[in-house]
Amino acid sequence: MCPQTVGLVQGALETAGITTTGATGVAEVSEKVGVPRALDIPWRLGYTLGEPNNAELQREVLVQALALTDRDDIPVLVAFEFSGTS
Amino acid sequence: MTRIADMELKLKDFMQDYPWRELGEIETAKRTKPLAECRVALVSSAGMVAPGQAPYDSKVMGGDWSWRTIPRNIDVQSLTEHHRSDSWDHTGIEADRNMGMPIDRLHELVAAGVIGEVATRHISVMGSITATGRFIRKTVPEIVEALAADEVDVALMVPV
Repeated sequence: MCPQTVGLVQGALETAGITTTGATGVAEVSEKVGVPRALDIPWRLGYTLGEPNNAELQREVLVQALALTDRDDIPVLVAFEFSGTS
Repeated sequence: MTRIADMELKLKDFMQDYPWRELGEIETAKRTKPLAECRVALVSSAGMVAPGQAPYDSKVMGGDWSWRTIPRNIDVQSLTEHHRSDSWDHTGIEADRNMGMPIDRLHELVAAGVIGEVATRHISVMGSITATGRFIRKTVPEIVEALAADEVDVALMVPV
């Protein structure tokens, strides 16, 4: 349910003029709800940020989600990409 | 990613039959300044509360639609998680609260020059809401009002 719940917030924020992005653990739900931007993360539900106490990986998730705000081709749903360090 | 087809039977049936709310055609908000100048807030659905705040109520039919604000300078590890669902793995957040509310990571992204500023407060909801009417009518407008008042440029969703 979580991707729907944050998706509903996301839609209202966009309409109010606040740019949104985020992660999703169930891309099918985010697509169905129709969120404008989401990073499709590869880990199990509950592990949205990757791994506990792995600050580098957690930052990488946020950086890749934030990078989606550069995109104009809404809706944007892209998979997390592992870099050399993550 | 987790595919609905791979979920355990009861959850899969629910997810396949549930009438998902669709945003439809909406006006989207294009970012108007560089990310390095943006004020960023988190919207987490992990059901996290700060010390002294009421926990989310797992007995509310259709899901507790209330919300909390989490201040920017809180000790993230002092947060507690009150999400009612057993369809996700809670061990990550138990080990490190940044898995649900990564405020420490945002501060590091400011220090690294990736984003401009961490918003003064972040939004917590409990994402297991099957009856969305009250959430849409009451909670969502309040969250929008709060983040607009805080002049947030980018809101980053963290579902679990």
